[in-house]
Amino acid sequence: MIIHHPLLGPRDASEFVYLGDASLMNRPNPKSETAAEDFHRYQYLRDNPVGQHRELWYHEQGDRSWLVVTRNTLTHDITKVELARDVARSQK
Amino acid sequence: MGYSAFRIFKEAVTGHKGWKPVWRKAEPLAEYDIIIIGGGGHGLATAHYLASKFDQKRIAVLEKGWIGGGNVGRNTTIIRSNYMLHENEAFYEFSLKLWEGLEQDVNYNAMVSQRGVLNLYHTDPQRDAYIRRGNAMMLNGADAKLLDAEGVRKMYPFLNFDDARFPIRGGLLQPRGGTVRHDAVAWGYAHAADKRGVDIIENCEVTAFDIQNGKCTGVQTTRGPIGAKKVGVAVAGNSGRVMAMAGMRLPIESHVLQAFVSEGLKPLLDGVITYGAGHFYVSQSDKGGLVFGGDIDGYNSYAQRGNLPVVEDVCEGGMSVMPMIGKARMLRMWGGIMDMSMDGSPIIDKTHIDGLYFNGGWCYGGFKATPASGYSFAHLLATDTYHDTAKAYRLDRFSRGYMIDEKGQGAQPNLH
Ligand SMILES: Cc1cc2nc3c(=O)[nH]c(=O)nc-3n(C[C@H](O)[C@H](O)[C@H](O)COP(=O)(O)OP(=O)(O)OC[C@H]3O[C@@H](n4cnc5c(N)ncnc54)[C@H](O)[C@@H]3O)c2cc1C
Repeated sequence: MIIHHPLLGPRDASEFVYLGDASLMNRPNPKSETAAEDFHRYQYLRDNPVGQHRELWYHEQGDRSWLVVTRNTLTHDITKVELARDVARSQK
Repeated sequence: MGYSAFRIFKEAVTGHKGWKPVWRKAEPLAEYDIIIIGGGGHGLATAHYLASKFDQKRIAVLEKGWIGGGNVGRNTTIIRSNYMLHENEAFYEFSLKLWEGLEQDVNYNAMVSQRGVLNLYHTDPQRDAYIRRGNAMMLNGADAKLLDAEGVRKMYPFLNFDDARFPIRGGLLQPRGGTVRHDAVAWGYAHAADKRGVDIIENCEVTAFDIQNGKCTGVQTTRGPIGAKKVGVAVAGNSGRVMAMAGMRLPIESHVLQAFVSEGLKPLLDGVITYGAGHFYVSQSDKGGLVFGGDIDGYNSYAQRGNLPVVEDVCEGGMSVMPMIGKARMLRMWGGIMDMSMDGSPIIDKTHIDGLYFNGGWCYGGFKATPASGYSFAHLLATDTYHDTAKAYRLDRFSRGYMIDEKGQGAQPNLH
C-alpha cells in the first residue's frame, strides 16, 4: 500500500506504524459523570466496518507526523490522507 | 454411514459404490430450537457437542458460503496448549485433550498428529520466560520439556545454531502439540452433527436478527426467515460485521493473516518449529509442502489477501532460522481474516440481548481451540452457565478490568 503523505508525497505503508480507528483522537472527558463507561467505549469497543475506515497511521520512519487515512478495508484502496493535526484543529 | 477399516476393505472389493456424501444438503425449516451462525470449525463443533453431549434437538448451522471455506480451511493447522495465563492454559489443555479423542468421537479421520511443537529461544531471559511458561503449563496438566541447544540439534540439525545475533540456545518443547488436517476437522464435525440430525445449511447468509423487546427470536437469511429460541454466533473474522446487525460494538478489530506453502519436498521436518527472534513458524504437510507463516499484516482488513512487506518479513524469518528454506520455491500464499480482540484472548458469552450468544475474538490461534470452543459454547447455549475452563472469556471483562493479556500489550489488537 502507498500512502500519499500530504507533506512528503507517496510513501510505502511499511514506513508507518498503524494505531487503529481515528475515533481514538476523540478522548472522552475524564470529568464527566459517565467517564468510566465513556473510556471503556473509547478504549475497547470498535465499529470495525467493512468498507470505508478512517484510521490513524504514524510516520515513524519519516517525519513522525500522525495521519488520518481513509481506506477501504475490503479493497485496501486509500481515498484520502490528512494530517491528524489538521483534523483535530478543524474539529475544535 | 460409519467409517472403519472394515468399511474401507468392503468398499475396495465392491468397487467403492457405497460411499455417500459426508453430510446431507439440508433445506432450512421455519424454526429451530438453536441456530448457530457460521459453519466454520467452531460453529460445527458447537452443533456436534450440543447434539451429542448436551442432548439438544432441532439444531441448524447456517453458513453463508460452504463448509470449510473460512479460516478453518485457511489456517496453518497447528494445535498446542502452551499458554502461560491460567485462564487460557486450562482451556487450551482441555482442547488438546478433546483433540486426542476427536477422531473416535466424530468417527472421521482428521489426521490428528502429535508431532511436537518446539519454541526456540535465543537469549537467557527468553529461556527464563520459557521455563516459567513451561511450569504454568505443567500446573494445568499439560506437558512441557525444556531443551538445551544440544537437545534441539539432535532433533533438527539443519537449523541456524550459530547465528551471530540470534544463536539458538534451546527450546521449549510440547510433545503432545502438533498438527491436524484442517478441513477434515470441518468435515468430521459436520459428519457427526449431521448424523445426529443437525441441519447444515450452506449458501445461507444471515442478513439480520429478529429482535423484539430485547429478545432475539430468529434471523433473516438469504434463504428466508428462520425462527429460533436461541441463536449462537460463531463467525470468526466477520464478528464485527454480524454483531453490528444486532446493534453491538465489540472489543474486536478484523485483521488479515497470511500463510504460505512451498513446493512439495521429501520428508525433512517431522514437527512444528517456531522462531524466537522473529515471527516465523513452520511445519511440513503430509504432501511434503513446508507450511509457514508469521505476523498479521497489522491494519484493519476484510480482504482475505495481504501485502508484500509481510511476505518479505516472513521469508526473512525463515532464512534466518532455517537457511536451507531458501532453496525451496514458494508455491501458494493466501490470507484469512482474524477477529483480533483487545487483549488477545477470546470471548464466549451471552449478550445483553436475550437468546443471543456470542463466540469470537479467536485471533490467529482459534484452530487449536476448536473442540473446547465448541464444547464450552454448547455448554453455555444449553445450560446458560459457563463451562469451567471458559469462565473468564466474558464480554464484560474489559469494563471490569479483567483482561487476559498473555503478552501484556494492552488494548492494541495488532500487537497481540
Ligand atoms: C493464515 C492463518 C493461519 C492460522 N493458523 C492457525 C494455527 O496454526 N493454529 C491455530 O490454532 N489457529 C490458526 N489460525 C486461526 C484459526 O484459523 C481461526 O481462529 C479459526 O479457524 C476461527 O474459527 P472458525 O473455524 O469457526 O472460523 P471460520 O472457518 O472462518 O468460520 C466462520 C464462518 O462464518 C461464516 N459467516 C460469516 N458471516 C456469516 C453470515 N452473516 N451468515 C452465515 N455465515 C457467516 C463464514 O463464511 C465462515 O465460514 C489461522 C488463521 C489464518 C487465517
